[in-house]
Amino acid sequence: MRAWYFTESAYPDAWDKDPVSLRITLPSSHIDRDKAADILNRHIDEWAMCDDLGLNIMLNEHHSTATCLTSSCTLPLAILARETKKARLLVLGIPIANRTDPIRVAEEMSYVDLMSRGRVEMGFVKGIPYEIAAANSQPVRMMDRFWEAHDLILKAMSTRDGPFNWEGRYFHYRQVNTWPRPYQEPHPKVWITSGSPATGVDVARRQHRVATVLSALNAKLLYHAYRMQIAKMGLPDPGPDRFGYLALVGVGDTQEEGETFVKKVKGYLETTGIVAEPFTNPPGYASVAANVAALKRGHTQGGVGAHFQVTMRNGKQINQATASVAELVDAGVCFAGTADQVVAQIKSFNDYVGGCGNLLVMLQGGTLHHKDTVKNMRLFSREVLPRIQNLEVATDRDTEEIERVRERAQREKLVAAQ
Amino acid sequence: MDKTTAAPPPRARRTIAGIETDVIEIGSGRPLLFLHSGEGPTAPTDRYLRALAKIYRIIAPWHPGFGYTDIPADFRDVTDLAYFYLDLAQHYDLKDAVLCGASFGGWIAAEMAVRNTQRFSSLVLVDALGIKVSGRETRDIADIFAMPTAELVRTSYVRPDVAARDTTQMDEQDLAAIVQSREALCYYGWQPYMHNPQLKRWLHRIGIPTLVLWGAQDRIAAPEYGRAYAASIPGARFALIDNAGHYPHIEEPETFARRVADFAMAPA
Repeated sequence: MRAWYFTESAYPDAWDKDPVSLRITLPSSHIDRDKAADILNRHIDEWAMCDDLGLNIMLNEHHSTATCLTSSCTLPLAILARETKKARLLVLGIPIANRTDPIRVAEEMSYVDLMSRGRVEMGFVKGIPYEIAAANSQPVRMMDRFWEAHDLILKAMSTRDGPFNWEGRYFHYRQVNTWPRPYQEPHPKVWITSGSPATGVDVARRQHRVATVLSALNAKLLYHAYRMQIAKMGLPDPGPDRFGYLALVGVGDTQEEGETFVKKVKGYLETTGIVAEPFTNPPGYASVAANVAALKRGHTQGGVGAHFQVTMRNGKQINQATASVAELVDAGVCFAGTADQVVAQIKSFNDYVGGCGNLLVMLQGGTLHHKDTVKNMRLFSREVLPRIQNLEVATDRDTEEIERVRERAQREKLVAAQ
Repeated sequence: MDKTTAAPPPRARRTIAGIETDVIEIGSGRPLLFLHSGEGPTAPTDRYLRALAKIYRIIAPWHPGFGYTDIPADFRDVTDLAYFYLDLAQHYDLKDAVLCGASFGGWIAAEMAVRNTQRFSSLVLVDALGIKVSGRETRDIADIFAMPTAELVRTSYVRPDVAARDTTQMDEQDLAAIVQSREALCYYGWQPYMHNPQLKRWLHRIGIPTLVLWGAQDRIAAPEYGRAYAASIPGARFALIDNAGHYPHIEEPETFARRVADFAMAPA
């Protein structure tokens, strides 16, 4: 298991400014420019420590929000390409259905991949529903646009005998010829986030890495759907390296200290869903069935997404913002305590989901200040990471079922080839 | 308010020019093609259709993608709906018909009328969307996708209770129709927001008598917007319906039907 350090780069001083919406409608007059400059510089410093700590780096972006000041993940990515020499650099990611110019994405990713001599890993995300209004992006059929952008970006980065023509449903170019080319051949590894097994199948078809957040149950179902799809294609088991998972992490000298750290990081959970109702469920973002179910429950417009709800392993629904640390650990939302406790929690999670090769660790969030963040990062990298690097997963019934499907698919391939 | 609930007029599935659509056909006499606002011709009530059907033969389709059909795979914008309805007018062999559209349906009617009015002899636009009047930093049309549902209903009507419904008691097919209509409205109207920047440029092509009817208390698109619409169409008349917001045909169905009939008097 590899670890990727992440912080959302929040601006907590504005979290009490509007109880209805910290996104889309909160005016930027709530930003003190010197404080914001301090935050941006401080987080770059913390990410830059990853080289020495043996951690990789993960960056993300959100828009018009006090919960995240990174408005383009490509910008800190470019800075960190120079600040570091060893860490892998993951953006997770670029909301490509909300970007009007996929060729610009291809150019920027190629540039940073060269600059870092091949350390970029390239995540594409649908993005949360609250990004739609900020981008003024058409939410209906947005995944069609997502996949067209994905196809165009990868073709633009991997074509060495350009230019080529692209006249698609959503994007039009007549002379695509990306300079510079990326360092990695044919292009950096692609990650895609997914909340649902259905999207996991789409990602498996393309054999990209898939990542999810803050729910061990969702991760288990997603990874299973991915592995099953790979088996149906008659391909060898992809192994845990294809899977990523983001959790909040607090490691202390004592259980109390680790939990104190995670409670501060958890400020993220307590604020991320504070959004005015109409922006929570733009038309076409969620499925018709999910919307019908919400109307049946009496929700008129919001309430489709369950940003605050998470399911524990026993099926009990808990509220991420108000649940206890123990409940959140069970659900896989966070890992917290001493190094021994966190190692045990991560091992238990890894067994539960059937193996996960990439842990995206949110070791900073909310009001956790620099000194505690550094302590959290050091304890995690020195005392937890070495003990989770080579985790084994026992064969279970799910695995046996997947193997039967794979054998059948491989037999059918052989017959078809004869 | 009259809350009598007669059985709704039957919804018939038709395939027109390769596109599946649902249509209500009631009444007899001169044909009137009604292009709906909101979720469909019967939402939230069909009283205005019944009032019109005392005078006209009503053809009231759901726009493709609204209600119970999917957005056609190759439809991209409102002009596709306009051409589809010109095909529909041909399919029904309409002659001397009244073309009437409300809100989003009014936008489609205007797009049809700048292209071809051969089968129509009168046009009635009811609180129609579709044009840009003010400058780039002034929104002519309220951002319905940025309003909480309760606020949207309050803003749309003088008497919001006309739109009251309990979704927990509705069947799943009708709930899916609500969701699909919301998606379709977004699909066709998200950007540019509820208008075609070129439409106003061509409204001068409308050569049939036109009435622009407006809810006097419309807070989705104010009466000034309606006056600007009427001023762009040669010879168009503008009239207000009192005690009504963005959907005067829903709030004042009898007055609405009388105004339409007074304007488009002559039977075929």
